[in-house]
Amino acid sequence: MCGVGKTLAEKILSVKTGGDVRPGDTIIAGIDLAFVQDTTGPLTIRQFEAAGFTHLAEPQKAALFLDHAAPSPNRGLANDHELLRRFARKTGCLIYDVGEGVCHQIVAESLARPGDVIIGADSHTVTAGGLGAFATGMGSSDTAVAFALGRTWLRVPESVRIEMKGRFSEGVGAKDAILSLIGQIGADGATYQALEFGGDAVAAMSLSSRLTMANMAAEAGAKVGLFPSDEITRDYLAEQGRAEHYRPISPDPDAEYDRVINLDVDSLEPVVARPHAVDNTAPARELKGTKVQQVFIGTCTNGRLEDLAVAAGILKDKKSVVRLIVAPASRRVLLVAIGAGYIQTLVEAGAVVLPPGCGACLGVHQGVLGDGEVCLSTANRNFKGRMGNPESFIYLGSPATAAATAITGEITDPREVI
Amino acid sequence: MLRGRAFKFGDGISTDHIVPGRLAHLRSNLPELAKHVMEDADPTFAARVKPGGFIVAGRNFGLGSSREHAALVIKLAGVSAVLAQSVARVFFRNAINQGLPVLICDTARIDDGDELAVDLVVGVVNDITNGNKLYFSRIPRVMLGILDEGGLIPYIQKYGDFKL
Ligand code: SF4
Repeated sequence: MCGVGKTLAEKILSVKTGGDVRPGDTIIAGIDLAFVQDTTGPLTIRQFEAAGFTHLAEPQKAALFLDHAAPSPNRGLANDHELLRRFARKTGCLIYDVGEGVCHQIVAESLARPGDVIIGADSHTVTAGGLGAFATGMGSSDTAVAFALGRTWLRVPESVRIEMKGRFSEGVGAKDAILSLIGQIGADGATYQALEFGGDAVAAMSLSSRLTMANMAAEAGAKVGLFPSDEITRDYLAEQGRAEHYRPISPDPDAEYDRVINLDVDSLEPVVARPHAVDNTAPARELKGTKVQQVFIGTCTNGRLEDLAVAAGILKDKKSVVRLIVAPASRRVLLVAIGAGYIQTLVEAGAVVLPPGCGACLGVHQGVLGDGEVCLSTANRNFKGRMGNPESFIYLGSPATAAATAITGEITDPREVI
Repeated sequence: MLRGRAFKFGDGISTDHIVPGRLAHLRSNLPELAKHVMEDADPTFAARVKPGGFIVAGRNFGLGSSREHAALVIKLAGVSAVLAQSVARVFFRNAINQGLPVLICDTARIDDGDELAVDLVVGVVNDITNGNKLYFSRIPRVMLGILDEGGLIPYIQKYGDFKL
């Protein structure tokens, strides 16, 4: 039976192209935002120039972010930053300089609208799916062409519905849900597909938690990770001072999915991904006894206010017994976290606070691990060498697990300390 | 017809294996960066690979970051195509955009060191060493057009837009 209903991905792309798109169709879609960051941007600019382009289709729909190596750790990257700044002056595009924060966080706070088509030269561009935007990562060449033409080609993906039922219990959150899902379906479990999150648990999830889950859709190989746009989206946009960007979007009840996966939120427990693969998951309690030398709280996955609040709640009047590094996802997050006292609490617990940005996530500057060292990180990737040293080991967990681990010095189920 | 030796890798080779993030400072010095290709998967690969050689991998090759440098350095190292059982989507798109063919086929039937001849038109990999013929999945039409021009930039220079 061929239904007429559309999934979120099909709905957004149909509206965008003014047609009736179906999975497998190849379409050309107008772009509402194309962006690069400081490690993919220089190649984008070179490709843009190599193609002979001089102008952007629409400067206000192109953005550059200096976040991955910010402030710059060396001369090569400092020169790359200059290249990006010059490009911004010349073309009039948006630029977010050192200290503004991680691209995906700023896109969520300031730029993405429900129903937008967004491409970024960064795989975690999918984060904006938490707001109901069809946002997907591409490379530098594709982004260079999107800058110039204002459009790109896309294959309409099949959708996988993640039906989330129940309520999160204390100490368990969005990170545990997405790690648990990836552990179940594997790092290539949704390659080329759209992950669509729904169910009663989603209706109760904060926008921040939705961004965390959409962000890690990339770790299952998905093209996008989409949430509906509802009152929670509306309130978030209003809080960010852009209520006018709200548009409700939901999938049709008779939409057709490649498959439906049930995620029972009630029975979730804290989950950790072990080195060197995100789908190598285990319950945090089973890893008790695994000593760590560093805990890192931050990134586009878990560097938001909600995450810092959880970590500060657990670390209040406690001391970290290991190196504790905190990188707020954006300047806005940092400022609110200062106002709320979270930064004070974290610093009193022994944290080093890095400037808003990617921080220790990708191993180009502060927070590189030593040989044989182990880190519990709230990031989205634990590939070998990810944090700058292929002889080190990265475990991924939630902000609650990270804070609990900082207190004990070994991987700890946060329910033991709260 | 592409011809060369197979260099085998396992499943889940990520962009961090191919070009580690810690080498971000070399991204504006591509010849230097290419000397580190596949370093965290096989530190001897860059020295051993000969022009025309093939990377032959298992599942989910190129997962991880969207850094196009991963496809670019593989091409710069002289690799003529990547063969894998499956490939992560951004890497797939980046490779084609760099004019590097990516072929999805049953690579379990190829051994390290085998001599391969690949016919892109017919869609077949001939393993000359063991006599196996492996057919690979069709590349989407728009991507074939890009591959034909040697990458996205020459393609756009020629057509000025995407041709579906
Ligand atoms: S925080 Fe980490 S995963 Fe997120 S954009 Fe930065 S480097 Fe990438």
